[in-house]
Amino acid sequence: MEVETSPSGQNMQPFLRVEKLVKCYERQNVFGSRDRLLALDGVSFAVARETTLAVVGESGSGKSTLGFCISCLEIPTSGSIWFEGRDIAVLTESERRKVRAQIQLIFQDPSNSLNPRWSVEDILLEPLNLEGKLKREETKQRAAALMTQVGLSSDMFQRSPAQLSGGQRQRLAIARALALEPKLLILDEALSALDCSVQAQIANLLIELQRTLGMTYLFITHDLAMAAHLADEIAVMNRGRVVEQGPAEKVLRHPKEEITRHLLAAMPSLDNAERPPLES
Amino acid sequence: MSLPASCLNMIHSGGWAKEARHMAPILEVRDLHVSYSASGGASYAALAGVSFQHMPNEILGVLGESGSGKSTLAASLLKLLPSNGNISTGSIFFEGKDLLCSSASELEQIRGKRISLVYQEPSVALHPAIHAGEQVFQVLAAHESAGKSTLRQKTRQVLASLFPKEADRISNSYPHQLSGGQRQRVLIAQAIACGPSLLIADEPTASLDSTTQKEILGVLRTLRDELGLAMIFITHNPALLAGFADRVLVLYGGRVAELGPARTVLSSPKHPYTRALFQSMPQILESTGNRRKTKLPVIAGDSSTARLPLEGCVFEPRCPDRMEDCRKREPALVNLGESHTVSCFRYGG
Repeated sequence: MEVETSPSGQNMQPFLRVEKLVKCYERQNVFGSRDRLLALDGVSFAVARETTLAVVGESGSGKSTLGFCISCLEIPTSGSIWFEGRDIAVLTESERRKVRAQIQLIFQDPSNSLNPRWSVEDILLEPLNLEGKLKREETKQRAAALMTQVGLSSDMFQRSPAQLSGGQRQRLAIARALALEPKLLILDEALSALDCSVQAQIANLLIELQRTLGMTYLFITHDLAMAAHLADEIAVMNRGRVVEQGPAEKVLRHPKEEITRHLLAAMPSLDNAERPPLES
Repeated sequence: MSLPASCLNMIHSGGWAKEARHMAPILEVRDLHVSYSASGGASYAALAGVSFQHMPNEILGVLGESGSGKSTLAASLLKLLPSNGNISTGSIFFEGKDLLCSSASELEQIRGKRISLVYQEPSVALHPAIHAGEQVFQVLAAHESAGKSTLRQKTRQVLASLFPKEADRISNSYPHQLSGGQRQRVLIAQAIACGPSLLIADEPTASLDSTTQKEILGVLRTLRDELGLAMIFITHNPALLAGFADRVLVLYGGRVAELGPARTVLSSPKHPYTRALFQSMPQILESTGNRRKTKLPVIAGDSSTARLPLEGCVFEPRCPDRMEDCRKREPALVNLGESHTVSCFRYGG
């Protein structure tokens, strides 16, 4: 395995390395014949510790499947996922459960990923209780600390998700993901459902958490401007493959692939205000 | 995309909208107040004194965050507010008639036919077990009295105008067999089927990726250009309005913060809220430079309705430019020229 250089200049093993990852979904139609859908078609890339890799691409390019495979929610058809020196693509179910605590996933819509009947406190205590390492009193303290970390006040403990704003719900989802002190956060369109002004607040929170906790992010998005802002590297996906990967600036300023140029051209931007109206 | 001329004639057999182009405003909203009653007798104002005019053949972009009242505005225009919603005062003149004084049967003639609505989630707005073509047909059948075969033909033509190459395949598909962009086009087909003169699109591209977003904006723009449709496009993303909308109305806390030509508002916003909102968005060229991974300037606080002040300017608690006057009374709309108005004491108020 080749040795990667981290931004700080020291030689180190990549924190996460995906090699020739393939995920094929098979489904049976009503007549019994099988359709195959190749969601990931030999994906390879590496992410250094404490950096952010943005994965960009159109809907259906395989971005989310990639996130599910790395977070051990889907079992890849073939290929390997090296995480902290071990291949997590070939684990037994009990080993996989342990790795899952280290890799947390945050979804697009926090109102669908939080149980509406639970209080904020229940939601934060669940991962801690499942892990079972802390005593009852300690879990409460930890939950309060998590709330502070993501910028929520602990007088919200008894509220239900419906009583929170969109931004507060996404903060809660982040707090829950941080509960077990993961090393890698997979953000699957985590900002896309939020208002623009709230997106900026959550983006700032992510930057701060990366600095203070040394988090590594896999930021899955179709928003190139946010990817450019948050990411060290950008990987462009198309039809289940990574077609281009490199430092954010290089990929966006000097795109090599047609699909990258296509994505850049489609990006809505306030810079267009001065341009003549969109051509039909 | 260009639509075949025959389809367009068919869609607009009355030709009403084209003639109306040079007439008075197609829609005029005056001092609209809408409130929602909550349990325990409390009520809160979602819209407080919104006024604007909408010209035929114009795309008005309504910009606002959650809680700004933008969806309430869309629902009020069609009188489709939930049961706890109440339009207390104001008037909505559409094609010269006050919708708030219209009877239920008159409104049925207007909704879906003269004013139509395109929703945010195409996967929820379409029936999952009915072919796409049939769902467009049902809209026509509900509003037009022509024979079945005429309506079938018209359905085909409407679909052909949105899917020039594959109208038949789309027509015979169930919604789950279509992509997000295709489903959104089916919703647009439903919306234009009866030849409306006003189309309200409530966050129609929010669930789509940016390539499909651009495609749908292109479709809407073409419809405007070729059918002379007036359009209200509601969104939280100002970037979508650049190069798309003709005028922009910025809503904050149920009030009009700023209203003016899109080019002016988007390139030199005047209201402190609009300015702060634009600054909080990452710009791709800046982002790839030194500002990457630095904190974005955010608007302090949040816009939840519970925190809106009862007196003075609604944006005052979050405003970076607040002054003495801002707490005392509400600013009035100031005309900055070129029909650009802003509600802020900085400019007189």
